Amino acid sequence: MSHDWYSDFVNSGFGRAVAGNVGLPPVPKLRRWQPGQPLLSGAALLGTATADGRVAKVVRAVLADAGVEVHEDPAAPIGGGSSSSKVAAAVLDATGLSSPRDLAAVQQFLTPVMRRVGPSGRILVIGDVPAQAERPAVRAARRSLEGLVRSAAKEARYGATVNLVHVADGAENDLESTLRFFLSSRSAFVDGQRLDVGTVPGYAGSSAGTDWEHPVTGKVAVVTGAARGIGRTVAQTLARDGATVVAVDVPSAGDALAHTANDVGGTALQLDITSDGAGEAILEHCRRHGGIDIVVHNAGITRDKLLANQDTDRWNSVIDVNLNSQLAINDLLLASSDDDGFHRGGRIVTVSSMAGIAGNRGQTSYGASKAGVIGLVEATAPLLADKDATINAVAPGFIETAMTAAMPVGTREAGRRLSSLTQGGLPIDVAETIAWFAQGASYAINGQVLRVDGQNYLGA
Amino acid sequence: MASPRRAAVVGANRIPFARSNGAYARASNQDMLTAALDGLVARFGLTEERMGEVVAGAVLKHSRDFNLTREAVLGSRLSAATPTYDVQQACGTGLEAAILVANKIALGQIEVGIAGGVDTTSDAPIAVNDDLREVLLEANRAKSTAGVVKALAGLRPGQLVPEIPANREPRTGMAMGEHAAITAAHWGVERTAQDELTARSHQNLAKAYDAGFFDDLMTPFLGLTKDNNLRADSTAEKLGKLKPVFFPAGGDKAEATMTAGNSTPLTDGAATVLLASDEWAAERGLPVLAHLVDAETAAVDYVHGDEGLLMAPAYAVPRLLERNGLTLQDFDFYEIHEAFASTVLATLAAWESPQFCKERLGLDAPLGSIDRGKLNVHGSSLAAGHPFAATGARIVPTLAKTIHQNGGGRGLISICAAGGQGVVAILEA
Repeated sequence: MSHDWYSDFVNSGFGRAVAGNVGLPPVPKLRRWQPGQPLLSGAALLGTATADGRVAKVVRAVLADAGVEVHEDPAAPIGGGSSSSKVAAAVLDATGLSSPRDLAAVQQFLTPVMRRVGPSGRILVIGDVPAQAERPAVRAARRSLEGLVRSAAKEARYGATVNLVHVADGAENDLESTLRFFLSSRSAFVDGQRLDVGTVPGYAGSSAGTDWEHPVTGKVAVVTGAARGIGRTVAQTLARDGATVVAVDVPSAGDALAHTANDVGGTALQLDITSDGAGEAILEHCRRHGGIDIVVHNAGITRDKLLANQDTDRWNSVIDVNLNSQLAINDLLLASSDDDGFHRGGRIVTVSSMAGIAGNRGQTSYGASKAGVIGLVEATAPLLADKDATINAVAPGFIETAMTAAMPVGTREAGRRLSSLTQGGLPIDVAETIAWFAQGASYAINGQVLRVDGQNYLGA
Repeated sequence: MASPRRAAVVGANRIPFARSNGAYARASNQDMLTAALDGLVARFGLTEERMGEVVAGAVLKHSRDFNLTREAVLGSRLSAATPTYDVQQACGTGLEAAILVANKIALGQIEVGIAGGVDTTSDAPIAVNDDLREVLLEANRAKSTAGVVKALAGLRPGQLVPEIPANREPRTGMAMGEHAAITAAHWGVERTAQDELTARSHQNLAKAYDAGFFDDLMTPFLGLTKDNNLRADSTAEKLGKLKPVFFPAGGDKAEATMTAGNSTPLTDGAATVLLASDEWAAERGLPVLAHLVDAETAAVDYVHGDEGLLMAPAYAVPRLLERNGLTLQDFDFYEIHEAFASTVLATLAAWESPQFCKERLGLDAPLGSIDRGKLNVHGSSLAAGHPFAATGARIVPTLAKTIHQNGGGRGLISICAAGGQGVVAILEA
């Protein structure tokens, strides 16, 4: 991983003074999750944009359960401070909008909030699903929230994030894991994004009784590409959250893979996921653990070439590893037994990429494969709903890994600074998002693609 | 006493074998054995698990490695409460270790254990020569400074020549290859037959790699992902061009048959195999690849007698067959360690010889021939290499997995060892 010297400089005493004088962008130090950390480091503001809001009640209950001090009157003094004291988070129930005129209430809540959220603060707006509105005025109002949130995220400072959750009709009681993720420091590098909850019908599950310190306790998680990089961090994170990890990687990476497996107290499976019978091999291996609850399709390769110089062998190798292997394994998971195969209520999480959304020069094959992953997620989600299972994807932006360390310095600096959080993310940021999708409590989140990119300006 | 249960071969891990002074030139026995153990721990999720016992050894060993296996276990991810001991039976070490672990499992003394072996000829112990050693010990025993000075005055330049271990029999002064050359000449083992056996070993090992056979038996180490002695494109014709390197003492040099190609090279590497009771495996949902049924050791008098140094398995196998009521043909697979291609062929010739079987084994009829298509089907030491003590722990899981993939069957293991010894065993599933 390459060191971020610029961040060190602008965060030093001298550097801060220089940066302030010449207008260099600051690089906020993001709060990240540690075991035992409270959901929020301070109080939260809760607002409602309309009288028809249907989620404030749930938000109130979740925050109370997490021991957060909640204030619903923005003018009231907080704790020992004043009515302008900093808050750790602000949540707005913006459901029930009936026309764009109602957006003024959203503005009135958010305007003072922008100055009141502290470092690494959280602003979360919860709205209705635009596609579920028939009247143009309603749908327009609902859709407006996305533009508002994405713009506000670009204005937020000191590592604060602004995100939007769409909650489907009737899904208001299925928000707990989502609220906990977006408000906690687990979502440190998720900024300016939108997530839909409850949009794939027929879901089932419950967050009751979840141990939020160890939300995947007792689950068996398969992580491909686990020898190094983001996959290794995903394995560590799922193990931290309570899962038994089966670490998968190609046989030639077996020594690093063994290191990962032993590090997390799991097992190593040396396997080329593109080989015939790879899915069977995973199912067979996992029978010793009694089956599979979570599959993280993290393995991926790049064989970058300008399209003008592309050849089919390189092209196919990328499509095979990044896309075809996932399709083949998912087919087997879907067909496997609930008993010792892919369990009812299972979770598939796959890794797309910013390149799959925005495209990237030299990455036609990679971009194609990662966009394909999005199609795979969308089409598989309803199939999995029959098994009370879900599939979702993360789309990482610029993440500090060995791969990005090998970039030319100009590209690397652009990758870091051209984002709302003005820095690269860490593998743990991707892993936290994956681990959240993998929770049993995330039963209502299906078919989603969430960017973990600090609101990178590419393809935003 | 209730009849003992059979120990199960559950799985294994080894590191790729490396030709001497190559990829593992700077790795110690302890490094390699620890890596092999950690790969096994990862494959079977044994972090912090207490094994009943870990038994392993090395043929070439530094004096500081007196507790080699224990040190490796302490450096591994196994529970530090895992007891160990070292064994050494030359090239039979790995198999003997597996037999010892299996016997304790069979008797119910332990539920699970790991057998292994490791050797390096790159990081070999070098001893000071005996004259120098005597001077230094004398100086150490001296009670006064004058005594130390007097003892050290005995130092001579010639004493600085170190003693480097050699692949040589202490009682005959002959290299193992020279011994094997005598046996090859005695049995009239032809050069072409040796080269064909060698080429098949390479081709079989290469095919096994291509089929992913070793994906769950091996973990890369120090950048090596395959045995680097393997020549996938080896043919008898190419091997036929090599010059002989081992000559039978007093024999005709023109008739020498043994080359660097049809003899195993000096090799570095480590191998481990996980053995357990069926109950232990079942509790963890782990497969039983095969059971270790029985084993036998033998030794021959190659010093004063006229038997070949590496012919002991020819004696061990008939004893094992008789005890188990089997014939040589009652096996689906044969794993005969390829110390030299000529050793395998001489052993097979001996079992086919009515005279040998009558005079040496006291049998009315010869053991007969075997179906060569069942021999070393996934390659053996000529291709993989032969880190002495590791070879047995390579062969046991290779055969066990072969039987398992076959859907059951019976296999014979035969390993010759320095000092005129042999270790043989039967696996079954």
